[in-house]
Amino acid sequence: MTNITDLGVKAIRDGVREGTFSAREVTEAFNANVAAGKQLNAFLVETPEHALAAADAADKARAAGEELAPMAGVPIGMKDLFCTEGVATTAASHILEGFTPQYESTVSANLWKAGAGMLGKLNMDQFAMGSSNETSAFGNVISPWRRNDGGNTDLAPGGSSGGSASAVSGRLCPAATGTDTGGSIRQPAAFVGISGIKPTYGRCSRWGVVAFASSLDQAGPMAHDVTDCAIMLQAMAGFDPKDATSLDLPVPDWESALSSDLKGKRVGIPKEYRIDGTPAEINELWDKGAEWLKDAGAEIVEISLPHTKYALPAYYIIAPAEASSNLARYDGVRYGTRELPDGAGLQDMYAATRAEGFGPEVKRRIMIGTYVLSAGFYDAYYTQAQKVRTLIARDFEAAWEHCDVILAPTAPSAAFGLGEKADDPLAMYLNDVFAVPASLAGLPAMSVPGGLDGQGLPLGLQIVGKALDEQSVLNAGLAIEQRAGFTARPDKWW
Amino acid sequence: MTESTYRIQGATGDWEVVIGLEVHAQITSNAKLFSGASTEFGAEPNTQVSLVDAAMPGMLPVPNQECVRQAVRTGLALNAEIHKYSRFDRKNYFYADLPQGYQISQLYHPIVGEGVIEVALDEKDPDSAVKEIGVERIHIEQDAGKLMHDQHPTMSYVDLNRSGVALMEIVSRPDMRSPVEAGAYVKKLRSILRYVGSCDGNMEQGSMRADVNVSVRRPGGELGIRTETKNVNSVRFVQQVIEIEANRQVDVLEAGGEIVQETRLYDPDRNETRSMRSKEDAHDYRYFPDPDLLPLELTDDFIADCKASLPELPDAKRKRYESELGLTAYNAAVLTAEAETARAFEVLLKETAAKQGKAEADVATQVANWSLSIAPGVQKALEVTADHENNTPAANAAILAMVAGGSVSGGQAKEIYEIVLKTGRDAEEIADTEGLKQTSDTGAIEAEIEKILEANADKVEEYRGGKDKLFGFFVGQTMKAMQGKANPQVVNELLKKILG
Repeated sequence: MTNITDLGVKAIRDGVREGTFSAREVTEAFNANVAAGKQLNAFLVETPEHALAAADAADKARAAGEELAPMAGVPIGMKDLFCTEGVATTAASHILEGFTPQYESTVSANLWKAGAGMLGKLNMDQFAMGSSNETSAFGNVISPWRRNDGGNTDLAPGGSSGGSASAVSGRLCPAATGTDTGGSIRQPAAFVGISGIKPTYGRCSRWGVVAFASSLDQAGPMAHDVTDCAIMLQAMAGFDPKDATSLDLPVPDWESALSSDLKGKRVGIPKEYRIDGTPAEINELWDKGAEWLKDAGAEIVEISLPHTKYALPAYYIIAPAEASSNLARYDGVRYGTRELPDGAGLQDMYAATRAEGFGPEVKRRIMIGTYVLSAGFYDAYYTQAQKVRTLIARDFEAAWEHCDVILAPTAPSAAFGLGEKADDPLAMYLNDVFAVPASLAGLPAMSVPGGLDGQGLPLGLQIVGKALDEQSVLNAGLAIEQRAGFTARPDKWW
Repeated sequence: MTESTYRIQGATGDWEVVIGLEVHAQITSNAKLFSGASTEFGAEPNTQVSLVDAAMPGMLPVPNQECVRQAVRTGLALNAEIHKYSRFDRKNYFYADLPQGYQISQLYHPIVGEGVIEVALDEKDPDSAVKEIGVERIHIEQDAGKLMHDQHPTMSYVDLNRSGVALMEIVSRPDMRSPVEAGAYVKKLRSILRYVGSCDGNMEQGSMRADVNVSVRRPGGELGIRTETKNVNSVRFVQQVIEIEANRQVDVLEAGGEIVQETRLYDPDRNETRSMRSKEDAHDYRYFPDPDLLPLELTDDFIADCKASLPELPDAKRKRYESELGLTAYNAAVLTAEAETARAFEVLLKETAAKQGKAEADVATQVANWSLSIAPGVQKALEVTADHENNTPAANAAILAMVAGGSVSGGQAKEIYEIVLKTGRDAEEIADTEGLKQTSDTGAIEAEIEKILEANADKVEEYRGGKDKLFGFFVGQTMKAMQGKANPQVVNELLKKILG
């Protein structure tokens, strides 16, 4: 038998059901990998007992002949943006140090209800702001991948769900939750050669998820393959009356309807995504992806998304604007860090607490957001950006006249070295260029691994679908997965 | 429409005062605007705080439909435009009583648009001087918490019980020109809110408070610069703020100064307003649509249901009392000013009409006089309130029926009522056992009259000779002989007949 930690969600679920192994065995194996993987700095908090309790419950249920829940016996990692009852939650920021929620986010509660257990809380970019996981207050997450040049440069796992990416790729957990505001599931998934899907905005409840940009934030799974993503998304999603933007719709059985037969489907190739400076390897993989989908029965059509070039600027107005307001609650009054210099008044306490508690990238975005909302600038920035957002959504609406899903690269580069872009925020923001339009339009989008570049690093392909049509996205992802034959994995060096 | 003649007499001439009010009215609801926490007044600090109200990480607001319904009903009661599409915005600022760091309000798309309130400027003659005050808008917003500065020598404490409670902000047009008009507006608005049941109007508990905008100008001239005095919590204070602020502004202008657009605070102890912050220090609130909330979209059915649920409102009721019940304008106005007064009146009216077997219109004046002057007088003397448990409509109706039937005099009615309030005994039983009845027995009265006329033959002579004044003397003597229990009307009639 292969190593148990090589298994994904479906294999573990089925193995536990069939009695091939016990859930406890699985969880102990992953707990051991978590404990041995500290060099990756993927976990902020380890919760082996939580995972074991879920595993024991699964084993007990099986012994009693009960029907097992959809993810019974599957231990997962939880991005630290999700509030978890009784387990420290910091969003990787000093400002939330010492904060332990007395409540469980809806998404994590849904997962526990589905039988999953928690291996620990995963490191991330602070408040989910970043594309390299270098903005965490608790140190960089390191990608398990190394370039094939024989060097040992530490690579970025992508961000903001960098801990999730690193932990799944390094087999510290079979799957993990991520959140995606402007690519934070898809880009790190692409960087480490795994799959990840951001569902339609509103599928997963935001209740109990530390907010970055409310109109964009969506949770989703990160896992080894498309099927695992379908199973886990099914467990995470669902209407939540506690989130006013939650979609009051039943959750489809995505797993059962998975099919890589794309006959009759049309795949759009947006010409505006051919951006100067994109490495040739990425464009070649994109062409290859189109070929694979054609091979699966789809028709390939060129489409136009004319406002694409305005997406990134609009995103970097809307997301910081919302963040500047969402992060106002971290004021040192009720929880987390409080800095109270001698003789300080209320305003002094705010200033000292926030200066100490927030990292530089978070401060940068709060300042951008405050600026674009301020009197005299609001119309020029925020109102304009909202108009752009509407135009981008219309671009997609128009595109759906011609195609069912859209294929594009996930990111404009493979993983870069830690520190290589850390002092150039704009270069960093450009990482999101392919990911952001789907976020602004609230559409489901996923990244699946397509191959390796010349340095031996994974490259991802992105599929964007119509609102609520996660199924077509997953099916196209499955078709690529089956043809790409992506089996590469990082050698264990940690 | 009546033009106000209220003027501030300055050294350089007359000044006209221009007033606009922003009234914050707490919406009557069991739960807060965006959370399930209770809104009950007077609870221990921080016992009515949900995770949302404390702005814990990841918490989200969900609109309370009841608050939306009450705002729409209020708008309909003011004949205002109901906006089928409205939206919540965030007003961003830092303060310790504002856990989210923003207040959820409605700046760009309020739920209610233009409406109007008719106010009577003369309570004695409500039909004579009516003024229409425009309402610009009503929007829904969250209340903040409360800072407590008296709990610790060096620190302030925060009570979040009020944090997130639903408010309606009712913004008037700058249509008022005198403290009297402003007072009448606040009273009328409070009356309507209480009729509708969307706010209890309790200014002492802070469930209704006003921001008072005041400017002065030469009569009919260009609008002056205004100041805004925040959180004024009684009708009297609103009127005082206007007087003080208008006079202060006139003094500044006449001394050659300029009015600074600023926010001021009222200090009732010193009866003065003080600057809180000037326009330069004004917050930049960075309003933007709250991304946690979808726009509110109201259906025609919802609005129709709100409309159908409205009670008869004070103006309509007052007019009906005059036209259908034949009450004086003054009585109608006083009886309809407060929803509770009107409700109690109507209950007693119904009971009285039934008891006497008459139409309501035929007993309305009797009930109105009783309710407005006689009963309150007795209550006041006994130091009890109208909601006293013995003050039942049945007891009142029984007394009124005895009065109407002539078996009890007005004075006896008061005595009976007093005993009813004190003991809860049956009114008719009291009249019988306490001897609080008058007789209309003509035989008995005539017998006494005969005796009196005999004993006072000289006065009878004088009366018949033209000294009419003596009639009162005979009445008095007869009543005395009857120990005050004769029906005065019968006594009068018999005396007139016998004296010729």
